[in-house]
Amino acid sequence: MRNAYPHRAGILRRLWTGLAVAVLVLFALYDLAPLVVMVSTSLKSADEIRSGALLSLPDEIDTGAWAYAWGTACIGATCRGLAPYFVNSVAIAVPAVAISSVLGALNGYALTKWRFRGADLIFALMLFGTFLPYQAILLPLAQTLGALGLGGTRGGLIVAHTAYGLTFTTLFFRNYFVGISDDVVKAALLDGAGFFRIFGEILLPPAIPILAVTVIWQFTQVWNDFLFGSALTWGESLPVTVALINLVNVTTGLKHYNVDMAGAIITGLPTLVVYVLAGKYFIRGLIAGAVKG
Amino acid sequence: MAAGRRAAKLVVAPSVAVVMVFIYGFVLWTLYISFTASRILPAYELTGWDAYARLWQTPRWHLALRNLGVFSLLFISVSMVVGVGLAVLLDQRARAEGVLRTLYLYPMALSFVVAGTAWRWILNPGIGIQAFVRHLGFPDFTFDWIARPETAVYALVVVAVWQSTGFVVALFLAALRGVDQEIIRAARLDGAATWQIYWGIVLPSIRPVVMSALVVLLHVAVTSYDLVVALTGGGPGYASDMPATFMVEMAFRRNQINVGAASAIMMLAMVVTIVVPYLYAEMRAARDA
Repeated sequence: MRNAYPHRAGILRRLWTGLAVAVLVLFALYDLAPLVVMVSTSLKSADEIRSGALLSLPDEIDTGAWAYAWGTACIGATCRGLAPYFVNSVAIAVPAVAISSVLGALNGYALTKWRFRGADLIFALMLFGTFLPYQAILLPLAQTLGALGLGGTRGGLIVAHTAYGLTFTTLFFRNYFVGISDDVVKAALLDGAGFFRIFGEILLPPAIPILAVTVIWQFTQVWNDFLFGSALTWGESLPVTVALINLVNVTTGLKHYNVDMAGAIITGLPTLVVYVLAGKYFIRGLIAGAVKG
Repeated sequence: MAAGRRAAKLVVAPSVAVVMVFIYGFVLWTLYISFTASRILPAYELTGWDAYARLWQTPRWHLALRNLGVFSLLFISVSMVVGVGLAVLLDQRARAEGVLRTLYLYPMALSFVVAGTAWRWILNPGIGIQAFVRHLGFPDFTFDWIARPETAVYALVVVAVWQSTGFVVALFLAALRGVDQEIIRAARLDGAATWQIYWGIVLPSIRPVVMSALVVLLHVAVTSYDLVVALTGGGPGYASDMPATFMVEMAFRRNQINVGAASAIMMLAMVVTIVVPYLYAEMRAARDA
């Protein structure tokens, strides 16, 4: 523990500590408020929603809103709840994350351990790609996917997320491999090992934590995507984030905000679970993604 | 070695092709479309600067830019000040750090679509905070930013700060760990006060992180899309529109593809202005190191 003033105890110091703790706790409340409101409201019955205020705990636990949001709520013309769209998001995220992570690992390795001409330029081009505002490519992307027969489909989203995820996955692996000494590669070369064996046996095993960082980052990005989902898919192929917005934006009739909140938790649960289980890797990815050099 | 190098190039080639087509090729395509008369469908006959002229004559675009300015200024300054402050407070409390850092960062794992669903009800004057406080016995209490055109952008700031402050905290905590403890100990022996140590030694030595954080937050601001859609839908009316939502509205809903493309190019220009000097400096620093 790093104590600011081990020698100066006293009233002033205790006051300062109290103030600091108060600020930290106050921010934690602001931080947690939406989560608490989501959970508590989603557990209220329809009757309680009609009579009660939003910021109160449920009188009685009622999971009806959850079941309704998952299996019966109307999204567009179909009333099968969020379930089919949740499945869509899984079907989109799994291949997109897998392909872009594998390619990113190989790219990062190839760009750092086999410094061929142009390797730095390629990296610079990819690095800028991590900042690309997707509005600048959205129109051609929609047209290209349409021309490929992927317009409006889950396949189209897989292509989009793989293509634009590549820059991030390459960045993560490149920045890790660049810190590993080239001598191990040279020694393995003298032993007669080739490109892929050196990668699989020497470089990849210690890079497993970076793989975890990359997979978690990509999964969070793909799962939480809204822009691509809303512009490139329609009908039955929507990812769950877009389906949630459609569910929430229904303007007719009484607002069932217990259903909205249950739907929001269902949509957010996968990334939240990943965060709880592997927050360490998530945070590392955030920091690595921000401090790019 | 030569065989390995050949394999390396072969492995990278598909990704390079994808990046060249999907990023740089598509950007050029968008640039081209912005100089055509494309409306509901893309047209490929060049018509000069018409789309840009139309864009800059659109009051809604000016409003989107003004909103972006107000939003960026408030969002970045508040999350930086609060984030750095919390990081410094946490830095001295190792025991609380782990738990609170985890707590502060969970919003980054949630999509704005999810968070926005909760926040739009919390900020809704009819049933959220305003109704709650009035019910407590303060009938004149008002907190209706989200419902009024002139304040809706502040509601966006509330939620954006909620999401990004934890990120700033984590970034600065990581940086504070890297500060040379010897210098701090020496300063303390010389009788320097804590605030003097932070102001004079710690903050200057983590200046690169300040730059990184600013660039990331600016980028978040310029590309804010789902935050706006989920929280205000750009409303009331289009009062809380931002460039990112303006572009999608024009290109995908209002059949003004060329104006949408022109606004996308303006967004790209903003990002390039922010990011390219930063990346250039970063890469040079990395090479010199």
